[in-house]
Amino acid sequence: MTKRKSDCEATYSPAAGALRVRVESSVGALFARAIERVARKTAAEFGVGSGELRIDDDGALDYAVAARVEAALRGAGFSRRSPGAASLGAQAPADAPARADDAARRSPSPWRSRLYLPGDQPDLLPNAGLFGADCLILDLEDSVTPSRKAEARILARRVLEAHRGFFGRSALVVRVNPLSGPFGRDDVAELGGCLPDAILLPKCESAADVIALAGLLDAMEASPDGRTLIMALVETARGVVAAPSIAAASDRVCALCFGAEDFSRDVGARRTASGAEASLARQSVVLAAKATGVQAHDSVYSDSDDDAGFAAYCGAARAIGFDGVGLVHPRQIAVAHRAFDPGPGELEEARRVVAALEEAESRGLGVASIEGKMIDAPVAERARRVAARANGKAR
Amino acid sequence: MNMTVNSIGRDVPASIDGRPLRPFAGAYADASATDDDAGTRRSAGGPKRPSPGRGRPDKIVAGWDELLDRLDLKDGSTISFHHHLRDGDAVINEVVGRLAARGLRDLTIAPTALFPVHDRLVPYIESGVIARVEGSMNGAVGAACSRGAMRGTAVLRSHGGRQRAIQDGDLHIDAAFIAAPCADPAGNANGLFGKSACGPLAYPVPDSLYADRVAVITDGLVPYPCAPRSISGGNVDWVLEVESIGDASKIVSGTTRLTRSPTQLLIAELTARFIEETGVMRDGFSFQAGAGGISLAAVVFLAERMRARGVKASFAHGGATGVLASLLEEGLLGSIVDLQSFDLEAVRSCRDNLRHIESTPFDSYGPRASGSAASMLDIAVLGATEVDLDFNVNVNTHSDGLLLHGIGGHTDAAASAACSIITAPSFRKRIPIVRERVTTVSCPGEAVDVVVTERGIAINPRRGELAERARRAGLPLVTLGDLMVEVRAFTGIPDEPEFGDRVVAVVEWRDGTALDVVRELAPR
Repeated sequence: MTKRKSDCEATYSPAAGALRVRVESSVGALFARAIERVARKTAAEFGVGSGELRIDDDGALDYAVAARVEAALRGAGFSRRSPGAASLGAQAPADAPARADDAARRSPSPWRSRLYLPGDQPDLLPNAGLFGADCLILDLEDSVTPSRKAEARILARRVLEAHRGFFGRSALVVRVNPLSGPFGRDDVAELGGCLPDAILLPKCESAADVIALAGLLDAMEASPDGRTLIMALVETARGVVAAPSIAAASDRVCALCFGAEDFSRDVGARRTASGAEASLARQSVVLAAKATGVQAHDSVYSDSDDDAGFAAYCGAARAIGFDGVGLVHPRQIAVAHRAFDPGPGELEEARRVVAALEEAESRGLGVASIEGKMIDAPVAERARRVAARANGKAR
Repeated sequence: MNMTVNSIGRDVPASIDGRPLRPFAGAYADASATDDDAGTRRSAGGPKRPSPGRGRPDKIVAGWDELLDRLDLKDGSTISFHHHLRDGDAVINEVVGRLAARGLRDLTIAPTALFPVHDRLVPYIESGVIARVEGSMNGAVGAACSRGAMRGTAVLRSHGGRQRAIQDGDLHIDAAFIAAPCADPAGNANGLFGKSACGPLAYPVPDSLYADRVAVITDGLVPYPCAPRSISGGNVDWVLEVESIGDASKIVSGTTRLTRSPTQLLIAELTARFIEETGVMRDGFSFQAGAGGISLAAVVFLAERMRARGVKASFAHGGATGVLASLLEEGLLGSIVDLQSFDLEAVRSCRDNLRHIESTPFDSYGPRASGSAASMLDIAVLGATEVDLDFNVNVNTHSDGLLLHGIGGHTDAAASAACSIITAPSFRKRIPIVRERVTTVSCPGEAVDVVVTERGIAINPRRGELAERARRAGLPLVTLGDLMVEVRAFTGIPDEPEFGDRVVAVVEWRDGTALDVVRELAPR
């Protein structure tokens, strides 16, 4: 492992005698005692009172130190002394944010941006909520190598337990590994006590994949209040073909996302600048999502330096009905929001429609019209959504 | 050491190494002095040289040995150096190594800044060849000073403060070594041409005016007259031609690529927004911003806002980058007033563009100047290692007490510009930047107006009107106290480093008063 800034490496070796903790840290003059305190507390959670813990640190926060120590101890075969007992910081998160009310969480207004955060990099997390993404994805899948899966899922659990405030007003989503593989079920189980707003399930190929995850969530959720949503990532030929049944598989599904990179590989297509190789797939995902009444999200645009290319990409995604897009860098957020927000003309039109609807209602008319043209139900619905979001932002 | 408490509550010595020191009495105390110091006094000027008589002076020396023979340095001499060659400089190490080989000891070196290449000076500090540093200490040399390896007490000065100390005679230089990318046999020199071209040759100018002996070392000897001339041959005693004065690839190594750090970009964007939305960004305004990640990005974002609003700036001051050079060419900037070029594009611009003006420490920052480029600034964007609840800023030491940075032009710009902005992340690794009291005061809060972090903008209560404008613009304002609490909630509260009693360095304010001290770190 190459240790990153604001991370630490912990190793445990068994030995006789009382537990020794050796701390080597670039911030040791200021935090060596704090690091040792956290290490000992974590060891106590696992009933470890002997041996040696070595911590090589470059400024990790307490939750990250605890996560790395926990991973080392679990890797050495220890398990938590009282299963389900609160771990460090779980009791009372110091920085719990004001949560959106539950109704809004069950049926969120469309997420224009979903920003991926590599799940094994603690340095990116404390400021993640400052950038204003609609939705943050803590990624345990593609950005984490198989040898680090356990460390990453422990880190994710620890940050969710102790620091929901890091994610600000953004919806928090964890991308787990596919449930059919060796890691996915462990990922979900780890998050049982601190479920995020949604789980992003990759490589969805059938309704059964979603139903399996929904079943796990049903079993874990103590009360129906905090219902965890599912974002289904469709990124294979089978997945695209099954998109309608995936979207409809559970009322937890709030969005279908398209993954262009894996899709192109799966169907043997060559990726082109225009994206023509995936245009039918994209439209299929949009159709399936809209037919079920869930959000449609386009794939990521990975060249974060190309603002103009990204703006064009978002414009094209929006034109065919996508609600939002995946991001790899916070600097893409503003561009995405500009693209998926209604333009001034569109907003004005929506407000006129809403005004006409309200007027018709107040006069007891069943049908509203503007300049003699009747307002269709879908037009009314869309106008209400656009106006509500704009008002929400203004507030 | 006989200590006294200055006006910001810091213990400072009454004298160092025999030189009496006045305690700091306020950032602008010397401006309102009513005693004998008031009024204009012309100083006596630089050294007097005997007339060379008729004909061409013969200043060319055959090699290092002849140069050092003629300079006639002794134990305890003060020699000066400059940082225009940055991490590519080969001259400081060469000179100190040769003086050590000659058996000299107890030297004071007076560099304008040091870079990692100068880490090689540490053994000479430990062996006593170098007894003191006056000016700037960076990296391993600063760390050695923190450990107590230096015999004398170091003096930390800003670029302006160093120029003033030379002018006032507080810093007496026996010999100045000026590395020149381009020079003629009479000693006229510039930094614009030659294989080691670095841009302005600004920092050595005060030394050339006041040092007892001045040597130009060049790897770009040209026939008389070398033009343009930053160093005047009339002030130069000897000229030495060498194979190389430095590693060109490290002389101009600045990057003009926008930082990738999301946090730095956020701080830069907030800084640009502050400058526009508080009304500072209007036609003819002026700014200074360094070449660090946040500063460079802030300039890029500010330029976008200037373009969108059709606003042009009159000048930018400080170090020059390719980004500034392109804004000059685009017409968004009227001029660049430049002390140092960070990249090849800036060097080219300084050489070719008449509106890219080479400055000097006196013209840019001189505390004794009747106004300087810095005092023409509307806004200065600066960095910090720590800020405290009184807005005091630390740029010299880290929270663990290690002395790792010089002051540069920081305090000169902060104290002179109409508005000074400190940009910094609210924590680095897990070290919070806001503290109750900074480890070392490099700049008093009186001269600091705004602190921009990724978690909001804090405005000095002394600047109520500015705060009101920011509030009306809807900028995200915080107090430093709230910010400190918010960040400590997840970083934890750092332990205090342990210091010994010995003062290893004094931080001098621009007017020569003692602002603060750096103490030796307790052995761990």
